[in-house]
Amino acid sequence: MIDKRCPSVADAVADIPDGAVVMVGGFGASGSPIELIHALIDHGATGLTVINNNTGNGEVGLAALIGNGQVSKMICSFPRSSQSRVFPKLYREGKIELEIVPQGTLAERIRAAGAGIPAFYTPTTVGTILADGKELRQFDDRTYVMEPWLKADFALIKSEIADPLGNLTFNKTARNFSPLMCMAATTTIVQTKQLVPAGDIDPEHVITPGIFVDRIVEVSRPVHEDTLIAAGRSYP
Amino acid sequence: MSTGWTREQMAARTAHDIPDGSYVNLGIGIPELVAKFVPQGREFIYHTENGMLGMGPPPADDERDLDLINAGKKYVTALPGAAYFHHADSFSMIRGGHIDVCVLGTMQVAENGDLANWSTGAADAIPAVGGAMDLVQGVKNIYVITQHTTKTGEPKLVEKCSYPLTGPGVVSRIYTNLAVVDVTPAGFQVIELAPGVTFEQVRSRTGASILPPQ
Repeated sequence: MIDKRCPSVADAVADIPDGAVVMVGGFGASGSPIELIHALIDHGATGLTVINNNTGNGEVGLAALIGNGQVSKMICSFPRSSQSRVFPKLYREGKIELEIVPQGTLAERIRAAGAGIPAFYTPTTVGTILADGKELRQFDDRTYVMEPWLKADFALIKSEIADPLGNLTFNKTARNFSPLMCMAATTTIVQTKQLVPAGDIDPEHVITPGIFVDRIVEVSRPVHEDTLIAAGRSYP
Repeated sequence: MSTGWTREQMAARTAHDIPDGSYVNLGIGIPELVAKFVPQGREFIYHTENGMLGMGPPPADDERDLDLINAGKKYVTALPGAAYFHHADSFSMIRGGHIDVCVLGTMQVAENGDLANWSTGAADAIPAVGGAMDLVQGVKNIYVITQHTTKTGEPKLVEKCSYPLTGPGVVSRIYTNLAVVDVTPAGFQVIELAPGVTFEQVRSRTGASILPPQ
């Protein structure tokens, strides 16, 4: 019997080793798996490479993971925002590495990894400094830059509804990078607001099929990053 | 001497040029105002990179859904007929040439259509590109909406961008507080002056040669 349920967020992240490459779902606060990230802070793995569109906000969630010194490198498209303080400080102090990737290229590199496509060509960045040193090629009289797939050892994902087989749905724009990251990580760990029996999600409504998911933890009342920041909270 | 159009008037003037039925992506800042000025009888469908078509106006404070935001991470609403999708689908709409118009802010635009709007290139600047480089390469028409000069009076319309490029030769039209300017093979071409603004006023604030309205 396939049953991907996991008893707790602590159990779900317990085998993430030092130096792991970890994708974290979410776009800003929306879709950020706060409980899984806080469990990773408690777990304490260090030297992580983290892939996310941003670098977290305030002093909770991803920003707290970075602030706790567990992240040596960020791969993202937009590392600053109005509430982003932790990453900019460490970056200016030279304590964290940054790989900047255009948002569409970031999404497609992750998707390509999940689809077993080692590289693809895109016009994005052609003629800019972000294409420096990369292979260029002409197709139909236009120049494109080659971009490699982007894989991870683990993905931390927040879903709305899941079943024990790992089928997932998401809530509105909280979906963002998550279905792609589920495909691209060796081990995909999902926290879900609602865990339902297999068959309760209409197969027509499954967004991420369970084949891309390894572990499911029910977090029935997830905290939202915006709410924590508005309350002035920090973690740990 | 007239200071030309207000931000709202610039946005309204931009909206005036967008055809009915267009799929439109609006950048952060002044471009967001375009949504307030859709001409009567036209319908635009707004795309937001983080995964929605059919984006509606901001909600009342007590009707916010924390999981419903735009690319600027502001709370928005979903109009009837809206659709949610993941990031690879969202950027397929952009890269695949399915979005008709993108309106962006800028730091500099060059006379050949080069756009620089993501980084000053300063040593202590933290680079942050977001979706700008994807948008300028994939969307059919790139419009720029910007003050004609910086706060310190430096021209934003220039011969050659001094900041790192977002994309080469991508801009087709520029809406400033002083004029509407096309990027043509002959360089900048004024197609309309704001009320009370003279061509000389525009020329003296432009960092490249610029052709008068025909």
